[in-house]
Amino acid sequence: MTVHNLYLFDRNGVCLHYSEWHRKKQAGIPKEEEYKLMYGMLFSIRSFVSKMSPLDMKDGFLAFQTSRYKLHYYETPTGIKVVMNTDLGVGPIRDVLHHIYSALYVELVVKNPLCPLGQTVQSELFRSRLDSYVRSLPFFSARAG
Amino acid sequence: MSRQANRGTESKKMSSELFTLTYGALVTQLCKDYENDEDVNKQLDKMGYNIGVRLIEDFLARSNVGRCHDFRETADVIAKVAFKMYLGITPSITNWSPAGDEFSLILENNPLVDFVELPDNHSSLIYSNLLCGVLRGALEMVQMAVEAKFVQDTLKGDSVTEIRMRFIRRIEDNLPAGEE
Repeated sequence: MTVHNLYLFDRNGVCLHYSEWHRKKQAGIPKEEEYKLMYGMLFSIRSFVSKMSPLDMKDGFLAFQTSRYKLHYYETPTGIKVVMNTDLGVGPIRDVLHHIYSALYVELVVKNPLCPLGQTVQSELFRSRLDSYVRSLPFFSARAG
Repeated sequence: MSRQANRGTESKKMSSELFTLTYGALVTQLCKDYENDEDVNKQLDKMGYNIGVRLIEDFLARSNVGRCHDFRETADVIAKVAFKMYLGITPSITNWSPAGDEFSLILENNPLVDFVELPDNHSSLIYSNLLCGVLRGALEMVQMAVEAKFVQDTLKGDSVTEIRMRFIRRIEDNLPAGEE
């Protein structure tokens, strides 16, 4: 099992943070372009899923998978979106994404008055804590992929 | 490292007197900096707004409350969860408008004004106006435009403190410009 990469978006589609661990293949487009495409897709899936939902929507969509990877999605009512790509062996990781939001983003970025909201996170502390948290996850493994 | 990570969930204790006095010092300074009370009210609202915009994230991270389905649920969460969490009080919700878009929060006891008496030359100062800004800022971040204002205040001789909340509209998410 392994973690490929992670995106953090805000309500306006700004990519607040991106990091990758075992990503063997790049999209071949500039990163900015990639964030935009990613956000656009999430936005569309989200509104499509809620339009088609036969029941009242609660949390929206949680994950999708292809034959090679699984995309996990977590969104807060304020529109912060945490997106993590892993391989197929990883089960539901809502609590992990919630932890990234509540214990890392909120604690180290939102509560830091010197970190402006709505733009790329510059905090080195956030970066390194996030990295060590992801590396400490049980399904993070350097060998797989 | 784990210390920092755990901090989010446990509620910290702090002296409420220190908090009340700090807020008092803030308002006093604003009164010195601005000529008239209206400007102070405006500044308090603006500061509250900036607090609310960030506080909502902390609130969501700690409370695990999901999106509200209607304004009544929102009112409940504000009074029973948010006020309890940050000020240690639970205001009562009354005076719903027939359309369900306005309600009042009645604060029996407002911790911000524990040691306060308004001097005569500040009769139009809305001492706790920061709270309105916080409510407005926090709700704006969860796609609700609201108006919040004090209609009764114990500092002005009323028997209770009342914040009137009015729902204005839902803020819709839009795709950022320049995307196909």
